[in-house]
Amino acid sequence: MKKTLNLLLAGITSMGLAFGAYADDYITLASTTSTENSGLFASILPKFEDATGIEVRVVAVGTGQAFEIARRGDADSLLVHDTVGEKRFVENGYASERADVMYNDFVVIGPASDPANISEAQTAAEAFAAIANAEAPFASRGDDSGTNRAELRLWKNAGVDPEGDWYRELGSGMGPTLNTAAAMDAYVMSDRATWVAFGNRQNLALLFEGDKVLFNQYGSLLLSEEKHPHLKHEMASKWHNWLLSEEGQQAIADFRVDGQQLFFPNAK
Amino acid sequence: MENNAFYVALSLLLNFDAALFQIVALSLQVSLLAVLIAAVLGFPLGAAVALWRFPGRGGMIVVLNALMGLPPVVAGLMVYLLLSRAGPLGEWGLLFTPGAMVLAQVVLVLPILAALSRQKVEELLGEYREQFVSLGMSRSRMMPTLLWDARFALLTILLAGFGRASAEVGAVMMVGGNIEGVTRVMTTSIVLETGKGNLPLALGLGIVLLTLVMLINAGVYLVGELTRRRVG
Repeated sequence: MKKTLNLLLAGITSMGLAFGAYADDYITLASTTSTENSGLFASILPKFEDATGIEVRVVAVGTGQAFEIARRGDADSLLVHDTVGEKRFVENGYASERADVMYNDFVVIGPASDPANISEAQTAAEAFAAIANAEAPFASRGDDSGTNRAELRLWKNAGVDPEGDWYRELGSGMGPTLNTAAAMDAYVMSDRATWVAFGNRQNLALLFEGDKVLFNQYGSLLLSEEKHPHLKHEMASKWHNWLLSEEGQQAIADFRVDGQQLFFPNAK
Repeated sequence: MENNAFYVALSLLLNFDAALFQIVALSLQVSLLAVLIAAVLGFPLGAAVALWRFPGRGGMIVVLNALMGLPPVVAGLMVYLLLSRAGPLGEWGLLFTPGAMVLAQVVLVLPILAALSRQKVEELLGEYREQFVSLGMSRSRMMPTLLWDARFALLTILLAGFGRASAEVGAVMMVGGNIEGVTRVMTTSIVLETGKGNLPLALGLGIVLLTLVMLINAGVYLVGELTRRRVG
């Protein structure tokens, strides 16, 4: 009995040590699922680590939750895609600086048969209005993510109040939303990166792209030293500056999936 | 072939993928440690509730039983708010580390171990009460005897707790953050691969997880049978 207890204690202590043995040279980055799921971070983070010796640990969530994590002081750095929300974050004093890093674009996906005929549309507003007129099923993220916020702005542009049986708010991430859309042959708006890297397309096809309003800007934020003095500000600003540097911008441009460039660096 | 989950599971195992190995190892570490801590706290707690009479005992039994059904995501949210920098234990800097995942799983498993061991010990106490009384044993002396005699049942209870810990995803996702190489475990990888639309890979990972749980259960069963036979 006593022996077993001693063994137990020894086991617990050694496991505790194993957990404590992680390096201190890391920052926690709150970011979006699109950057993680597409494989962008897996491609650029090793280059940053080689250059600086700093490990970046990514917590990939919706943009709304990423803001909340940063607001509570649980992440050292923030990389999201909601320019309006990012600027408000700076105004409210949670971040000291915001900078454009890169962009990609949103695309409208739907069943290949295209019942609302949006592939003929000239503008995104026309495409969205056509979906509403046809009352064709549309799967919305419904999770206050950057993509969800952009989608709601596009309905407004199209002069449509999205409501009714055809408009389905799923409350899930981009990937699960695409899975659901594939299963119910619904239209869905996705960032291009997640769509290109997505593996369960079934009947879905890319039906509309190219309108300027579908532009999707990503920004990096330096979090406030006053609000959260405990954060690793020095390492976080190295990361922020690296993203904006020639080296970081080149790393973003070099990232390809099936030969296709998914993110376009545009730091000033 | 690549679309067959069993084929994917088999090739994952046979290729001995380093990333997969790390994920499996972390899953086991986190869940086993959580179950151990929960056992050290939960079994004496369960036995104590079975042995002593105190005001509010009935209420405590109801609460323990009810907490067996605590939704993992609620446990995760509570631990998240506790460990967040803006929360009471924020100073510890545990959020988004394996330590936070262990804590969340302890919260999930502890009620199961305490509630079920309370029931088992109370049953045994009914059988042994007269002997204890004739020996003039104090309650605190009865506790180790009863727990030792219930050891085979406690082993099964331990497995139920381990099952709960290794199967849940809501709590570890929230407090661990599914960080690659740091807090990514089997269940959060399955959620991630499902999200990427890699359904065969997600199911393949699920098969690996099931196989693992099966092996652990088989091992415990064998050890239990062998000791039972030896003890007679």
